[in-house]
Amino acid sequence: MARVVVDPVTRIEGHLRIEAVVEGGKITDAYSSGTMVRGFEKILKGRDPRDAWAFVERACGVCTTVHALASVRAVEDAIKISVPANAELVRNIMFCTQYVHDHVVHFYHLHALDWVDVVSALTADPVATSDLAKSLSNWAKTSPGYFSDLQKRLKSFVESGQLGIFANGYWGHPAYKLPKEVNLIGVAHYLEALEWQKEIVKIHAIFGGKNPHPNYLVGGVPCSFNLEEVNAINTEKLNYVGKLIKDAMNFVEQVYIPDLMAIAGFYKDWAGIGGGLKNYLVYGDLPTKGYAYPEHFKFPRGAILNRDLSKVYDVNGKDENEIKEYISHSWYQYSVGDGVGLHPWKGETEFNFTGPKPPFEQLNVEGKYSWLKTPRWRENPMEVGPLARLLVGYARGNQEIKEVVDGALSQLAVPIDALFSTLGRTAARGIETRLAARWLKEFYDELIGNLKKGEMNTFTREKWEPETWAAECEGVGLSEAPRGALAHWIRIKDRKIDNYQLVVPSTWNASPRDGNGMRSAYEEALIGTPVAKDGEPLEIIRTIHSFDPCLACAVHLYDPDGKTLHQVTVE
Amino acid sequence: MEKIVPTIRQAMDAKGYSRRDFMLFCGLATAAAGLELTGLTQVIQAFETKPRPPVVWLHFQECTCCSESFIRSSHPIVADVIFDTLSLDYTETLQAASGFQAEKTRDDCLKNNKGKYILLVEGSIPTGGDGAFCMIGGKSSEQILKEAADGAAAIIAWGSCASNGCIQAAKPNPTTATPIHKIINKPVINVPGCPPIAEVMTAVVTHVLLFGKIPELDSQGRPKEFYSRRVHDTCYRRPYYDAGLFVESFDDEAARKGYCLYKMGCKGPTTYNACSVTKWNGNLSYPIQSGHGCIGCSESGFWDNGPFYKQMESFPGFGIESTADTIGAVATVATIGGVAVHAIGSAIRKRKVIQENMDESVNLHPSIPPPAPDKSVTEMHETNGGDENGKSSS
Repeated sequence: MARVVVDPVTRIEGHLRIEAVVEGGKITDAYSSGTMVRGFEKILKGRDPRDAWAFVERACGVCTTVHALASVRAVEDAIKISVPANAELVRNIMFCTQYVHDHVVHFYHLHALDWVDVVSALTADPVATSDLAKSLSNWAKTSPGYFSDLQKRLKSFVESGQLGIFANGYWGHPAYKLPKEVNLIGVAHYLEALEWQKEIVKIHAIFGGKNPHPNYLVGGVPCSFNLEEVNAINTEKLNYVGKLIKDAMNFVEQVYIPDLMAIAGFYKDWAGIGGGLKNYLVYGDLPTKGYAYPEHFKFPRGAILNRDLSKVYDVNGKDENEIKEYISHSWYQYSVGDGVGLHPWKGETEFNFTGPKPPFEQLNVEGKYSWLKTPRWRENPMEVGPLARLLVGYARGNQEIKEVVDGALSQLAVPIDALFSTLGRTAARGIETRLAARWLKEFYDELIGNLKKGEMNTFTREKWEPETWAAECEGVGLSEAPRGALAHWIRIKDRKIDNYQLVVPSTWNASPRDGNGMRSAYEEALIGTPVAKDGEPLEIIRTIHSFDPCLACAVHLYDPDGKTLHQVTVE
Repeated sequence: MEKIVPTIRQAMDAKGYSRRDFMLFCGLATAAAGLELTGLTQVIQAFETKPRPPVVWLHFQECTCCSESFIRSSHPIVADVIFDTLSLDYTETLQAASGFQAEKTRDDCLKNNKGKYILLVEGSIPTGGDGAFCMIGGKSSEQILKEAADGAAAIIAWGSCASNGCIQAAKPNPTTATPIHKIINKPVINVPGCPPIAEVMTAVVTHVLLFGKIPELDSQGRPKEFYSRRVHDTCYRRPYYDAGLFVESFDDEAARKGYCLYKMGCKGPTTYNACSVTKWNGNLSYPIQSGHGCIGCSESGFWDNGPFYKQMESFPGFGIESTADTIGAVATVATIGGVAVHAIGSAIRKRKVIQENMDESVNLHPSIPPPAPDKSVTEMHETNGGDENGKSSS
């Protein structure tokens, strides 16, 4: 038996540490710890609620925009306004843009190196690679010369002896299964995706002024339309957005999806690994008839328990019996006692660090061991993210979602149960990217239609001045970040923020276990994950990356007495 | 094969720099690293023999928006930067290795390239709470930063977090978030912004390599190349300001004509950044162009200078010849011996008073009605330019 510590877990956002117990070549227990805290909730107290979006947007620069959206919705819910149709459409376009960007970057730049062996690509045959690439899609860059030039560049990079981001990778690890030619295609598209990703976010720059961290606005969106003015969103800017959407659809359909399917075909064993929790939670998003009507969201709202797709439970963010946060294993204290769960409207954020003083080698996992709280839905641990969204949509009988899910399953010749896995999570992200790209076009066309009808409004003015608000009010903003269910709760008193709480996707997935010893999603998904090679946590990061963590994490190896090893001893 | 990739020396030769220029560059790098003169030979040798300068990118209290911005660079594209220009030996966002293997890449780089690597820092350091507010690999962020800064040839603070503490340092700063120049006793190039503009980030790095010198910095350690003009001074909506044509409410007729956002709380007049010239995402737009006022994200303490939608009653300085240093001259006089001079030593020219400085009064253009006094705005003036976060810890 060995204690494996991975810290930092790289190719994620934030600071995450995983400690895992390995027995007989498999993980038998795991602990997930968030090791950084900033205290947003304390900083927001007393501020102007209309400013909150900008503060909370800085919770994450990778899934930029999502917190801003949840925030403006929370405030709009509290002061009781809805936004004009055009504002909803611009928000939806920015939302889908974020999905397409974030999922492509995750696949190629944060996750691919778990599956693609860069060193193996050095000896691929460029002609065979070209033939294979042409068989996968109609993408233009598939000539033998293209792959040959790329390989030469890669060789000279490796032979320089300075491996940069590829240094100390797990190259040659037995868990890498791709043919050399697929690896070379993977490297080529890593670079192409890196160059392309800076284009798609220009949609954010057009509507929101910049990316990362574009601008949002309580009551609508800050940009204005004017088809007779160079100084507003006009035909030229709309054409630009249209072109970027077209390119995005091409990239997703011609590069991302073919690569995903090709790679997944060689890793079907990972459809039986990393399933973890059996419960899934989705708030839903992409309103088509306004945020007040979740039954018309593109991503349906709901919860699934015990993988029973025949029943979807309704979810209500305002019901104080549904969502509660616990701190039994979190470095906080509650005024009402640490064993109690609090609904976010009554949430508290008081630090209480009881862990070992750094530098340390091992956390005390019997006590508090993370800066993340532990959220529960009706006392159940829940997985959130692309897989949860597709499952709830599928179980709700949503035709668009059923079509893409069934198409992928049939292409891979696997049953729907294959989705409950590390591979399923990674595939789900790609599958929903196809939808996000299509919906981008749909929302764009609808926006053009509105403008054609002369509908220009992007902002609701009536409740802009705080004097028009109730002296005390409260709201919740529910959304679906790329990584999963995201919600912000706000209490406003005397026109200032009285309490603000965020429960983010990685809180659901990466949190420590609860007071009853029930593990959250990361910890549960690692159970049973194989560890083939001493000292190399490739399989661990594969499963952890399948969640697309929004934390930075780390792995170290420990022996049963808690002493740090730099080798995992596998019995 | 190593010969195929040009060394810094070869690259400088190709650009027409002389041996003397190269020696000067190495001297600057040595001075910047705080090395003894005897270390000069070592630095020269490093840049002559290493095909690509080793770079370590650390992450502390941040949201990774700086890394995300960096990869948005359109010129140069980031693949060329990380595969041809630099050797990015440690970066938690992109590197293949995790955990022990990742830490080894960092430790090896620090050990094998002492005095020869560039350190890039994203995020602030929480100095209180025994270091528990930000820990990586079981170490405190402060310990990791100090260890990495020790042998760095040059240190760049990415973004507002590392430069001035940014959001986590907003009141009441619950985790004692601290910018890195207050912690390390070395030169720091501050590149503030939340995030900084992608092309500014890649330009600051390549400035050192292309021109063989550290860019000229202002009293807050910011490269003058990008932070010497207020957003307001070069804003394309400036003519509307001068003409007294203002947006009064979001999406009103004036907004649809792209008038000035000053009355909507725009902080462009007190914000030093390249947004209105370099713009964002490949010179495409910037916040004002897309209808929202500047929130001043590159200014120290900007989170506490709000609320964002409140009109500033007045602001210091007038005319585009004003720079952050001249406007903040009075307030910063006590800190001039601080970060910039101390930090960059002989590598930068001494700060001089800009002779062409124009009217420094807070009088606005005659077309704007005189403002009513407002306490929150007065407070903002007091923190502009020479705020406490701009001071050095030394």
